[in-house]
Amino acid sequence: MRGASITWALRIYLLLIFTFVFAPIVFSVIFSFNSDRFPTIPLGSFTTEWYAKIFADSEVWEAARNSLIVSLSTCILATILGFCTAYSDYRYNFKFKGPYLALVLLPPTIPLIIMALAMLAWFSKIGVSGQLWSIIIAHSVLTAPFAMAIIRLRLNQIDPNLEPAAWNLGASEWRTMREVIVPFCKPAIFSALFLTAAISFDEFAVAWFVSGLNKTIPVLVLEIVQGNIDPRVNAIGTFVFFISMTLVILAQLFFLARLNTKADPQ
Amino acid sequence: MSRLNAYALTWRLPIIIWQILFFLGPLLFMIAMSFFLVKNYRMIEAFEFKNWEKMLSRGYVWDSYWLTLGLAALSTAIASLIAFPAAFFLAFKSSENLRRWAIFLLIIPFFTSYLVRTFSWYVILAESGVINALIGNIGLGPYTMLNTKFGTIIGYLTLTLPLVVILQTVSLANVDKNLIQAAQNLGCSPWRTIRAVIIPSAKAGLIIAALFCFILSFGDFVAPYYLGGSKPPTLPILIIDTTKSGQQWPRAAVVAVMMMVTLFTIAFASIMLAYRKRVSK
Repeated sequence: MRGASITWALRIYLLLIFTFVFAPIVFSVIFSFNSDRFPTIPLGSFTTEWYAKIFADSEVWEAARNSLIVSLSTCILATILGFCTAYSDYRYNFKFKGPYLALVLLPPTIPLIIMALAMLAWFSKIGVSGQLWSIIIAHSVLTAPFAMAIIRLRLNQIDPNLEPAAWNLGASEWRTMREVIVPFCKPAIFSALFLTAAISFDEFAVAWFVSGLNKTIPVLVLEIVQGNIDPRVNAIGTFVFFISMTLVILAQLFFLARLNTKADPQ
Repeated sequence: MSRLNAYALTWRLPIIIWQILFFLGPLLFMIAMSFFLVKNYRMIEAFEFKNWEKMLSRGYVWDSYWLTLGLAALSTAIASLIAFPAAFFLAFKSSENLRRWAIFLLIIPFFTSYLVRTFSWYVILAESGVINALIGNIGLGPYTMLNTKFGTIIGYLTLTLPLVVILQTVSLANVDKNLIQAAQNLGCSPWRTIRAVIIPSAKAGLIIAALFCFILSFGDFVAPYYLGGSKPPTLPILIIDTTKSGQQWPRAAVVAVMMMVTLFTIAFASIMLAYRKRVSK
């Protein structure tokens, strides 16, 4: 009896935690359809005014275009880098493998604001700052570890004899890579693409520092928020939320669906 | 297996070159930059301790330092404590299915804009915001929650709590169930089982969760700026102000290096603590 009531108490507790975590997300969606400039309870009337405003704003479209270019390029670059690293780690043992892996996996543990300053300074020094591709380079460094982790997990599931079997049958290493390893990793590769795109799409600190005048969506939001209370932020946020969620759900569909099945290639 | 050929190098080299150029390079350059000079708004490469002397002798820098350290530590303590009962429930008392769903739901916030969530809190916590409107109905308030440390902590928790719950859940779920069974068979009360068996077995994971919480809070500028009012500024805000308005990149670099040294020290100590062999009593 006592155990049961404790379990119920914990259940309600968990619900409270979820309320805290999701309150800002839910309210942001609600406020985006709310007519008041400074939303509170009771709510004002329903409106799509803020959406109309952002869709009519050329600055928002410009930022959306930049964000799209950045996250698409970042996800491809980061996934290639992540794949190479994951495969190296899976296939080879070599000297300095520890430092090698540390070099790859460390970036997410350094606060973004520090990376932002460091990259701004270094990129100015070597002459690659203030461009759209400055953000792409920076984001690929920050997101490659996630791509590497996902693909490495997939490689854990491969039958270690599969590759040698292909070699014995006369396939070169390159051909084995093309016809055995890559097809086997395909779900993880897609998953990594979506995940790194989603991270890049939301990142603002580094993008703000290195982008110069090329604003991405989160950087635009940062600037709007700095000015004053502006419900356009909620509209942009809600819009972006659904894009990110689509990417994440696609990543899950590709990855989690296959992670539990030890499928052979194809 | 480790013979070096074109094939092996193709997979190994790209990331090494990329990370040295665009990860290690920036960090090392930033450290070097903290010794540069600024004259007439131009940075001159030098090796002088001027920036260090200037920053370390300023009271406001140390005010910011201790404030940031204190707030991040407080956020870590609160997040770890708040998360534990939830993680405990998910690890031991919930169905497999519920646990999987809960973790999936807790991942969602990472893919929503933290900025937008903070802005949402700003509106919720404001003097005439949602919370004050709600408690006003029962005759309480209004309370000032924005531009206070409370606001900053709410922001930090928004950023860190989902991650802490996930990491704690994973580490608790990995505790050997036989150990718990044995403790109960030997007459341990539930509390004692948690204190003497579960927490020590999951120690490494719990500490790593706290460490991540600390790193994220320590480096965040959004919560202290928008919800905390930034008076005095935290170190990340100091970096932004010094970089963006003052053109004083070298001084910002000093602050950044201070932050990194602090973080490395704390990370090192935590990892030591997490993986230290338990002394038998």
